[in-house]
Amino acid sequence: MSNLFTRKLTPSKVGLAVAAPLAAAIFSIIISSLAVIASKKSPIEAFTTMLQFGTETGSLMEVINTATPYYIAAIAIAVTFRAGLFNIGVEGQLRLGALFSCYIGAMFVLPPVLHVAAVFIVAMTFGGLWAAIAAYLKVKRGVNEVISTIMLNSLAGGLSAYLLSKHFALVEVGSNNLQTKELPASAQVPDLMPILRTLGVEDQPGGGVYGMFFVAVALGFVFWFVVNRTRFGFELRASGLNPIAARVSGVNSKRMTFMALVISGAIAGLSGLPEVLGQTHSYNLGFRAGIGFSAIAVALLGRNSAGGMAFSALLFGFLEVSSRSLELIDIAPETYVIMQGSILLSSVVAYEVVRRFRLTLQSNELAKVVQA
Amino acid sequence: MKAMKMLRYATMLVFVLASIRVITGATDLTSTGTASAALLLSVPIVLAALGGLFSERAGVVNIGLEGMMIMGAWAGGYIGSQHGPWAGLFAAVIFGSIGALVHAIATVSFGVDHVVSGVAINIIAAGLVRYLSTLLYKGGSWPGPSQSPGVESISLNGLPVLSGGQYFGWKSPDVLGSIANLKWFFISDFAAILRGLTGSVSYVTVVAISFVPLAYFILWRTSFGLRLRSAGEAPYAAESLGVNVYAMKYAGVLISGGFAGLGGGFLAIVAASNYQENQVAGRGYIGLAALIFGNYRPGGLLAGAGLFGFADALQLRDSDSIHALLLFIVAILVFVAYRKFKSGKQVSALISLASAGFTLWFYFSVDELPGQLVTMTPYIATILVMALASQRLRMPAADGIPYRRGGLR
Repeated sequence: MSNLFTRKLTPSKVGLAVAAPLAAAIFSIIISSLAVIASKKSPIEAFTTMLQFGTETGSLMEVINTATPYYIAAIAIAVTFRAGLFNIGVEGQLRLGALFSCYIGAMFVLPPVLHVAAVFIVAMTFGGLWAAIAAYLKVKRGVNEVISTIMLNSLAGGLSAYLLSKHFALVEVGSNNLQTKELPASAQVPDLMPILRTLGVEDQPGGGVYGMFFVAVALGFVFWFVVNRTRFGFELRASGLNPIAARVSGVNSKRMTFMALVISGAIAGLSGLPEVLGQTHSYNLGFRAGIGFSAIAVALLGRNSAGGMAFSALLFGFLEVSSRSLELIDIAPETYVIMQGSILLSSVVAYEVVRRFRLTLQSNELAKVVQA
Repeated sequence: MKAMKMLRYATMLVFVLASIRVITGATDLTSTGTASAALLLSVPIVLAALGGLFSERAGVVNIGLEGMMIMGAWAGGYIGSQHGPWAGLFAAVIFGSIGALVHAIATVSFGVDHVVSGVAINIIAAGLVRYLSTLLYKGGSWPGPSQSPGVESISLNGLPVLSGGQYFGWKSPDVLGSIANLKWFFISDFAAILRGLTGSVSYVTVVAISFVPLAYFILWRTSFGLRLRSAGEAPYAAESLGVNVYAMKYAGVLISGGFAGLGGGFLAIVAASNYQENQVAGRGYIGLAALIFGNYRPGGLLAGAGLFGFADALQLRDSDSIHALLLFIVAILVFVAYRKFKSGKQVSALISLASAGFTLWFYFSVDELPGQLVTMTPYIATILVMALASQRLRMPAADGIPYRRGGLR
C-alpha cells in the first residue's frame, strides 16, 4: 500500500512538508532584499542588524508581548476558518471587548483572580455579541460574513470612539487624552518578571512579559484539543470541509455557523486585553490598532493549527520589533511590512502548490495500486 | 419599460425626501451641494464595484479590490503630483492592474482560495504603499511621509443650457439652478438634485459613469462578454466548447484591477488633491457590497453605489440631515410593515412597526446625532441593505470556486 496514505513518515512526505515553508522563506528573503536594495543599502547588513537587535533579552520580551495578542486573535480567526467561514471582524470585536472590559471592570472590586476572570467574561461577552450580529445576518438573512464583519469593524470604530468620548472617559483637566477609569489592582495582570528572575533573566527597561502570555498558551492548547479531539470540533471541521456531507450526516450546519462566529468573537474579545490588563490598565485613544488584521496573516501563515500560528505570531512579532533597529542604519522600519506581506503571499501560494503536487502523487500511486 | 420604472422610483424617492425636508427643515437633504457631493463620493465606489463585476462574473471573488484601490490611490497621488493628473490616473490604472495580476496569478494559476489571496493583497498593498511613501519622502515642501505632494486639479464643467458651465468662451445659462432657487416644493428639489448631478462635474466623473453602460454592453452584448461570464457560471462547460477559461479569468481580474485602481486614483486626484494614507478607508469593500446589493448587474451596482455615496455625502456635510433621515427610515419601515401585513405575515409586520416606533422615539429623544455616530451611516446602510436584499441575490454559479483545466482539483 502507498506510503502517502499511511501516517508513517517517509523521506518524500517529509520533503513535501518542508518544501512549502522553505520555498516561501527563500522567496520572501529575495523580495525583502530587493526592498532593502531599493533603499540603497546592503540586505546582509540589514538582516544581521535585525537579528542582533531582535535577539537581545529586552527585544525578545517585546516580541512575546507583540505576539501574544496576535496569537489570541489568530485563534479566533482560525475557529471560523476551520468551519469554512471567515471572521474579518476581529479588529472590531477586540476593540469593543477591550473598551467594555475596562469600563465595566473599573466599576467594582473583587478578589484578584476573580476580578480578572470577570473582566475576561465581559470582554468575551461583548466580543461575542458583536460577532453575533454577523452570525445572525449570516444564518437568518444569508448575508456574507466577510462583508458584514468588515462593515461591523467600521461600526465598532465609530461606536467605541463615541462611547469613549461621550460616556466612558474620565474628564481630566489639561489633558487631551481620553481614557477610562483606571482598573483596580485586583483586575491587573502582573508581568512575569518574578518567574523570569528565578530563571536568571535580568530586569529590562521596557518592562517584563505580559502575564496574559500564559492565557494565550492555554488557549492554544484548548483550541487544539477542542478542534481535534472533541465531537464539537469534528462537526466544526466537517461543516467547513464539506457542508453538504455534514448536513446529510446530521450536523446542524446553521448552528455550527452561528456558534463558530460567536465563539470566534468571544476569543477575539480577549485578544485586546494583554496590553490593557498588563500595561495601560485603561482603554484610551492610543489603543493599539491593527491587531485583528495582522492576526489574519498570522492565521493564514500558521495554517490554522495551534503550533503553526504560535510560530507565525512569534515571527511577525520578531519582524516588527527587530525592524526598529533598521532606523539606525537609515532604512525605513516599514520594510518589515514588506517582509510580512511577502512571507504571507508566498507561503499561501507554496502550500497550495504542494497540496496539488501531493494530490497528483496520490492519484498516481492509487492508479499503480489499482493496476497491480 | 425598465427605464420608466427607474424613473418612477427616482420620482418617489425625491418626493419623500422633499416631504421630509419640509417637515424637518433639514434643507441639505435635497440641496445641490449634497447631490454633487454624493456623485463625487459615489464614483470611486462605482469604479470599485465595476471592478468587482468583471472579476466575479469571470468567477473570481475579489476582496482584494481594497488593496488595488490603495495601490491606485498611491500611484495617482505620487505620479500625478510629478507628471500631471492624467498621467496620475493612467498610473493608477496600471498599479491597480499590478495588484490584480498578483491576485490572478495566485487564484487562477495556483488555485489559492480567493478570499485568502484577496485579504493577503489588501494587507500587502497597505504595507507596500506605506513603505514606498517613506522611501520617496524628501522633506522640504512635501507635506509628510504619509502624504503625496499636491496634484493639479482636473477642470470641471456643467451641462450646457441646463446647469451652467463654460463652452469655448460662451457662458451657458443655468436653468436648473434658477428653478432650484424658486423654492417650489418638489419641483425645486428635483431641479436642485439634477443640477448637483450635472453642474460642475469633473470630466473623469463623466467618463467613470459612462463605464457603467459600457460594462453592460461588453459583458452582455459581445462574444468576449459571453465567454467571460461563462467562465464564471460553468467553467467546465465553457472549456468543453473551446473557451480559454484561464484567459477569461485573467482578463476579468486584470480589468477589475484597472477599475479599482482608477477608483483609487479618483480619490487622490479628483475627490481630494493629493494622496493621503488611509484615503481608501474601506471603499473597496463598500464597492463589493454595492455590487452584491446590485445583484451582480451594472444598473444595480450603480444604484447601490449611489445610495452609499448619498449616505456618505450627508454624513460629511451635515449631521442634521442624518437626524432627519431617521424619519425616512420610519417611512420605509411603515411601508415594509404594510407590505408584510398585506401578504399575511402579521408577526414580521408587527416587528417592522415596532422598529418604526422605536426609530420615531429615537428621533424625538435626541436633537442631533453625535459626530462619531454619524460617520457610521454608510456602513449601517450597507448592513441594512444587505440584510434586506441578500436572499433575492444570485451570484455567478461558479464564483469563488478554484478552477483547474481538465477538472483535476
